Amino acid sequence: MPGPHEIAADRPFAWKAFFFQWEWILLLVFLAIQVMNFHLSPYYLDLAHLREEAADLAWWPWLTSLIPAVLANWADVTISFLDKSFIVFPMAFIIIMAEIDISVGSTVALSAVLMGLSYKAGLSMPLAMVVALAVGSVCGFINGLILVKYRELAPMIVTLATMIIYRGIALILLEDQAVGKFPAWFQNICWGYLGPVPIMLLAFCVTALVFGIILHRTTFGRQVYAIGSNPVASLFSGVPVARIRVTAYTLAGLMSGVTAIFLTSRMGSTRPNVATGYELDVIAMVVLGGVSTAGGRGRIIGTVISVFTIGFLRYGLGLRNISAEYLLIIIGLLLIFAVMLPNLRPLYTSWYSARHPRRQ
Amino acid sequence: MSEYILELNNITKIFPGVRALNQVHFQLRPGEIHALMGENGAGKSTFIKVITGVHQPDQGEIILDGKPVVFSTPLDAQAAGIAAIYQHVTSYPDLSVSENIFIGHELLHRFGRLNWDAMHAKAGDFLRRLGANFTPQTLMGSLSVAQQQIVEIAKAFSQNARIIIMDEPTAALTRRESEELYRITRQLRDNGVSVIFISHRFEDMYQLAERVTVFRDSSYIGTWPVKEISSHDMIVAMVGREITQLFPSKSDRPPGAELLRVEKLGKPGYFSDISFQLHAGEVLGVTGLVGAGRSELCQALFGIMPYEQGSVSVNGQPVTITSPADAIRAGLAYLPEDRQRQGLLLSWSISRNITLPALRRYSRRGFTREAQENSHSHTLSQRLLVRAPSIHTPVSSLSGGNQQKVVMAKLLTTNARILILDEPTKGVDIGAKSAMYEIIAALAADGFGIVLITSEMPEVLGMCDRILVMRNGRLTAEMPVGEASQEKILAAAMLSTTA
Repeated sequence: MPGPHEIAADRPFAWKAFFFQWEWILLLVFLAIQVMNFHLSPYYLDLAHLREEAADLAWWPWLTSLIPAVLANWADVTISFLDKSFIVFPMAFIIIMAEIDISVGSTVALSAVLMGLSYKAGLSMPLAMVVALAVGSVCGFINGLILVKYRELAPMIVTLATMIIYRGIALILLEDQAVGKFPAWFQNICWGYLGPVPIMLLAFCVTALVFGIILHRTTFGRQVYAIGSNPVASLFSGVPVARIRVTAYTLAGLMSGVTAIFLTSRMGSTRPNVATGYELDVIAMVVLGGVSTAGGRGRIIGTVISVFTIGFLRYGLGLRNISAEYLLIIIGLLLIFAVMLPNLRPLYTSWYSARHPRRQ
Repeated sequence: MSEYILELNNITKIFPGVRALNQVHFQLRPGEIHALMGENGAGKSTFIKVITGVHQPDQGEIILDGKPVVFSTPLDAQAAGIAAIYQHVTSYPDLSVSENIFIGHELLHRFGRLNWDAMHAKAGDFLRRLGANFTPQTLMGSLSVAQQQIVEIAKAFSQNARIIIMDEPTAALTRRESEELYRITRQLRDNGVSVIFISHRFEDMYQLAERVTVFRDSSYIGTWPVKEISSHDMIVAMVGREITQLFPSKSDRPPGAELLRVEKLGKPGYFSDISFQLHAGEVLGVTGLVGAGRSELCQALFGIMPYEQGSVSVNGQPVTITSPADAIRAGLAYLPEDRQRQGLLLSWSISRNITLPALRRYSRRGFTREAQENSHSHTLSQRLLVRAPSIHTPVSSLSGGNQQKVVMAKLLTTNARILILDEPTKGVDIGAKSAMYEIIAALAADGFGIVLITSEMPEVLGMCDRILVMRNGRLTAEMPVGEASQEKILAAAMLSTTA
């Protein structure tokens, strides 16, 4: 008989593994962008003005008056880019499952248009907002349903088709018109504050927390990772693969509805051609956040940092009137770096071990 | 010129946390067939990867034709005349035989135009010399595994290989195909090629090799002339202990209550009219030729491809099974045939794999509870003697036998009392096989009902209490093991019965 042998149960904390994570690099990029923004524009976070105002104070009161003011301005800036970021979380689920949903931009447009039309038709504004959420959810549910019923179809193709269809419906409903004239309070959803914090930033934080808990602390999240790691073995292990896929796509639709509400609130009216290209922005944020398109890897914290990184990069370049093309190139380069990083590590280790043969 | 064409001395290869090779030696004579044996996880595969330049050794030297060499990439080894033919043939099924042979070093006309005539002619020549009965224009995907291996050998020829490594080539072959492979391998040797032949089968070694080298636990154990070592001594060398008895002795307890009743189960095109019962404490063997519908039957029972006719009841209660989740709820668990693709999430840890089928039990209101998961996985891994540094080790770094134990642990986690095991010992070495048999016997003694699908006759006769034989999707025989014999089972599996 083989003798008893031990298998360790505990996992010692590994510093190297802890710091060798994409999120740290991303955090550095984020801080670099903050520094760059300060240098690019005196208007960034209204800093010059604040300095002037507090110039004659001693350093301690100076700091205590400056920091809250900077943070408040910093929070204001987030209003400029947070609307689409709600879709990032369900998109992270979908990409962790090694799938993709490119119909979210069109779903936002259709949700926004139907919200506007139902308000115009006499529905109360809160009910119209529920319509937006419901329309988004139904759009996502349809995507999921097609994908689990016809498993041979690729998510890219199915959602490309629905992307065209949803946008098409929005165009048929509203043609080249806009709907607006919403009640005055509606614009506060995007522009309003709860104390010193913008409502949208607060909503974003809550959403991030909820999705982070779902992904990292629940059986549902575990099963999302399982499907991304090996869908066949997941099915054989009794994971309800179809149900989880449909749920993830429905969540993507629901959050598109949320985005539709914030976006419409920010603009005051809506048209069928809003949110064009949102799907690519969202996917870029997710991938830059360290979620592997090969599936099975990625975390919510990475996507959160990535949302702010891209958002502030865009804002900072906007201050300097640097055109959007440069922004696209910079984001593209960041993305290539992000997707290359997992490949760089083994390259580095083999290069290193070739240079430094291990001694006994 | 030295006596050896290839010599490896003191090779050590370390992966993070694992010493995959520990100071191993190997010497290959010109024109020799040299068997390399050892259990799964003994280090054979890593060793092959060192020879073929996939891995670089951390220590030790490789001497080719008396001169030390360094293979930094597989291309270096290829250029030195070393070719490997792997267990799972890695070919392009949608390309022709010629294209597969010449991929990467195509014969060209001027200006880079492909010279099809020359390639087909040369490929045809290789195939003729190897005694193959298909043309170079045949699509690779339409060939049998044995024929694909011949193509791989032809490919090695086309690269002027002097050393050919065959990694378990007979694993997927029938007996006749194996004989054919022996013939070709001997022919290679007679042409002056040196062959390193890796296999689990003693038969391969005795039929073919002149000398045999054994690895165990990443270390070199010894090299012997095949004629001078008995199979018993070989087992001791490979396993490090005596296996007195491969199959555990059967308990003579009568089977307990009926666990599973299958009535007139059918799925058009796959199987039909299947009825049987399974009792607690019983090992029910299901055998038959490949393609007889055994796996399909079990996948239907487990809800992967639902059955269309008949009924299933568990513990006397009728159940409907349309998905694996249904099956697990009903108390069935399934060990799939392909553990890497269907059984495990290779990148996940042992612990996470084990709890996946029953996450609900290790969670509260949908929130996972890792401490409970880990303590359960730890207990189960120790009970099944999983060999790994920690329960957080990814299963991809385990040997086949240990991976199979993890799949087994998954089945036990579901709390199912009915275990369907589809070829549980396929591709694992003799030590792991014997461990798996002990586990199965212990579970049966604990009152589990076990359906054991297997093609190996000794396994059928050694492990099962009752045997079902399938042919063309139908049950052709049912017999208690006391009345069974190899001849009777083969007759039921192959011959048409009197209707």
